Amino acid sequence: MTAAREYDVVVVGGGNAALCAALTAREAGASVVVLERAPREFRGGNSRHTRNLRCAHDAPTAVLTGSYSEDEFYADLLRVNANETDESLARLLICRSKTCTEWMSKYGVRFQSALRGTLHLSRTNLFFLGGGKALMNAYYAAAERMGIDVLYDAEVVSIDVRECSVRLSASAKATAGPRRSASREGWQPDNSRGVRLQPDLRGKALILASGGFESNLAWLKEAWGDAADNFIVRGTPYNTGAPLRALLDAGAQPIGDSRACHAIAVDARAPKFDGGIVTRLDCIPLGIVLNQLGERFADEGEDLWPKRYASWGTLVARQPEQIAYCLVDAKAANLFMPSVFPPIVANTIPELAVQLGLSADRVGDTVTRFNDAVRPGAFNLEVLDDCHTRGLTPEKSHWAQRLDAPPYWGYPLRPGITFTYLGLRVDETMRVMRTDGAPMQNVYAAGEIMSGNVLRRGYIAGIGMTIGTVFGRIAGESATRAAR
Amino acid sequence: MPLADLTQHGAHVMTVCNACRYCEQYCPVFPAMEELRTFGKADLAYLANLCHNCGECLYACQYAPPHEFGINVPKTLAQIRVQSYQDYAWPRALGVAFTQRNLLTGIALAATFSAILALTARTLSPIDHTADFYAVVSHNVMVGLFGGVFLFAVAAMSVGVIRFLHDVRQNAQHSDWGLTRGQTRGQTPVLFRDILTLRHLHASGVDCVSAEEHRAPWRRWLHHCTFYGFLLCFASTTVAAIYDNVFGWRAPYGYASLPVILGTIGGTGLLVGSLGLWNLRRRRDRALTDETHDGLDESFLALLCLTTLTGLALLVFRHEPVMPWLLVVHLGTVLALFVTLPYGKFVHGLYRAAALWIAR
Repeated sequence: MTAAREYDVVVVGGGNAALCAALTAREAGASVVVLERAPREFRGGNSRHTRNLRCAHDAPTAVLTGSYSEDEFYADLLRVNANETDESLARLLICRSKTCTEWMSKYGVRFQSALRGTLHLSRTNLFFLGGGKALMNAYYAAAERMGIDVLYDAEVVSIDVRECSVRLSASAKATAGPRRSASREGWQPDNSRGVRLQPDLRGKALILASGGFESNLAWLKEAWGDAADNFIVRGTPYNTGAPLRALLDAGAQPIGDSRACHAIAVDARAPKFDGGIVTRLDCIPLGIVLNQLGERFADEGEDLWPKRYASWGTLVARQPEQIAYCLVDAKAANLFMPSVFPPIVANTIPELAVQLGLSADRVGDTVTRFNDAVRPGAFNLEVLDDCHTRGLTPEKSHWAQRLDAPPYWGYPLRPGITFTYLGLRVDETMRVMRTDGAPMQNVYAAGEIMSGNVLRRGYIAGIGMTIGTVFGRIAGESATRAAR
Repeated sequence: MPLADLTQHGAHVMTVCNACRYCEQYCPVFPAMEELRTFGKADLAYLANLCHNCGECLYACQYAPPHEFGINVPKTLAQIRVQSYQDYAWPRALGVAFTQRNLLTGIALAATFSAILALTARTLSPIDHTADFYAVVSHNVMVGLFGGVFLFAVAAMSVGVIRFLHDVRQNAQHSDWGLTRGQTRGQTPVLFRDILTLRHLHASGVDCVSAEEHRAPWRRWLHHCTFYGFLLCFASTTVAAIYDNVFGWRAPYGYASLPVILGTIGGTGLLVGSLGLWNLRRRRDRALTDETHDGLDESFLALLCLTTLTGLALLVFRHEPVMPWLLVVHLGTVLALFVTLPYGKFVHGLYRAAALWIAR
C-alpha cells in the first residue's frame, strides 16, 4: 500500500462553506483538496438551491438598500431562536458578514441589483445573480484557477481525527476539465489512465464542511420516528451526515437537538429529494389549512408570511400521516407566487374535498364554520390587517376571508426538510470541541455541520449562507495557520 | 420534437422557471415570464424571441439535466424560436419548404439564379475594360429583378411580424398580464438602444457564455460586424441607386467613391462577422443550442459570406475578362439571399425587436 497523499488542508464537503474555506486556505498558501460527495453535475450541496446571504452593512450599496446594523441583525437572530444562541459566535458571524460582498466578488460571484425581485429583503440580504448554483460555479472555477484539487464522487468512508486523514470510497474522481491547471505535487488525477485512485488522504489540518444529515432517512427516523417516512428532502440527496457521525463517534461535542431543523410546507407531489425552491407553497396565509381529518390545526394568518414560512414544516409534521391541505378560493388565485404543480380545482368545496381524498361532510362543515367566523375587515397582505375570525380554535388572526368564490383550489402539503441543526460545537477559530471541553487538534468545522452553535430553533432568511461564508473563511484561516 | 410536445415541454420549462425565478435579472425573458401564469403557444413564441441564447441561465439552473425536471431554457427557447419563424412565415408553405436542408437550399438557389442570369445575359465575353455591368445584365432587368425581389421580401417579412405581434397581443388580452402591461411605456429610445447594441446579449453586465464560467465578448462584436456590415453594404447599394437614378452617374464608381468605400468597409465587416460567428458557434457548448438551428444559421451565414466574397471580387476584378462571370454569380447570390431572407435566420432580428417592443 502506498503512502497516503498529503495536503496542508483537507476539506470534507463541496458546498459554500467548503469552498470558502478552501479558497481562503489556498490564498494563504496552503495546498488544498476538496472532497465533494456528489458527482460534478450535482456539486455544491444545498448551496446550489440557495439564493441569498444575510449581511450587516452601515450604508446603502449597489446591491443592498438602506443599512442593517449589527445590533439589529443580532436582535433578529435572537427573536427567532427564543434568545438562545452562542452570543460570541453570533456576534463574530454578524461582524464578519460585513466583509462578505467584497470577498465574494473577488472570486467572481455576482449579485442582483437591489432594485428588483428581491422579495422585500433587499435591505438585509445579498441576492446572488442566477442563484446559488451560479455562485458555486464561480467558486469552483476560482478553485480550479488557483490550483485547488477537487475530487467528485468522493465519499468519505472513515475519518481519523488524530491523523487528520480520511479514507475515501474508490469512486472518487479528480477534476476533469479542459482548464485544469498542471498537476502539482500531491494528488495526481490519474483515473483517465485507469489507475485506481489512492483512497487515503492525509492533511496537516482537516475542515469538516459536509452539511447536516437531512438526506439520511434512517437518521431522521431516529429523531422523528415513522413520521420521517413522509418527509420530503428539499435539497441534495448527498447530505447523509457520515462525516458528522464519524466526528461524534470520535468524541466531538454535539450541539443542538436532533429534531431541530429548517422545514417548510412543500407540495406533497414534490420529488423525494432535490426539489429545491419550486415546490414551496406561498398560499397558506391566503386560505385555510386542513389536516387529514378535515380540521384546521394552526393559525394560518399568525404573522407576515416570510416570518412564518419556516414554521409550517414542523406544523404539518405533527399532523396524522404528516399531510395537510391548503384551500384557497378564486380571490387568492393571483396573490401568491405560482407553484410548479397545478392546483387541484373544483367548483364546490365538497367536490374539492372528494378530489383531495377528504371527507366532504367534514371539510364542508369546517369551511362553513370558518366562513361564519370571519369578521369584516380591510384585506391587505402587506400588513397585519384586521381580517380575522372570532370564535374558532385555532383562530385565523389576519387575512381571514370567506372561502366563497369558486373555483376552489387545493394543494396537498408535506413537511419539506431543508437542513438540520444538530452539529459540532466549535470555538471562535472553528476548532471542533471534544465532549471533555478541550479542542481537537487541527480539526475544524464550518457551515451547516456547525450551524447549531448559532441556530437553535428558528431561522432567518439567508443566514445559512452567512454561516457558510464567514465561518468557512475563518476555518480556512485557522487550518492554514495550524498546518504551518 | 413534434409541435404539441414542444409547446407542452416549453410550458413545463416556463412553469418551473416561474416558480423559481432565480434567473430574473439575467435578461428580459424572465420578467416577461413573471407576468404570465400559463404558457400557450403564442406566449412561448414571444418569450423565445426575447431570448438571445446568452446561456447564463443553463449553467445557473439547479434543475438543469441530469436533474429530473430537465430544464434547459436556452435550448428549449431556441427550438420554439425556430418553430415560430416557420409558423409566422408568409406564405407559410415557403416557410416550411425553406426550413428543410437550408444550407443546400441556399446554395442551390444561388447557383440556379446565377445560371439563369448567365443564360439570359447580353454577353459573357468581355467587350472592353470599362467594367460596364449593364453591358452584361441590362439596367432594366437589374432594377426590375432586384426591386421586385426586395419588395417581396419586405412584404413577406412585414406580414410575418404583423402576425406575430397580433398573436402575442391577442393572447395577452386573455390573461391577467395584460393589466400590468403599459406601465413602463414611453421608453422607445431605450428600446432602440437595446436593439442596436445587443444589450441583452450581455444583459447581466458581462458577456455571454460559450461554456460554464467562460464569458467572452466575441459573439456580440462579431454580430455587430455582421449587422453593421450588412447595413453599410445596403447603404452602398442605395447610394449607388441614387447616383444612377437621380444624378445619372453610371457605374462603375471609382475606388474613392462613396458606394465603393461603404461597400468595402461593410463587406469586410460582413466577412469577418459571418466567418467569425460560424467559427464561434462550432466551439460553443452544444448543450446551449438546438440542432434545428444549425441549418438556418449556416445557410444565412453562407449566403452572406458568398455575397460578400463575390462582391469584393467583382470590385477588384471588374476590369478583367472574368467580370461578367463574377457579376452573374454575385447577382445570383444576392437574389438567393433576398429570396430566403423572410424564411431564414435574418428574421430573428425582426421578431426579437418586435418582442422587445412588446416587453418594453
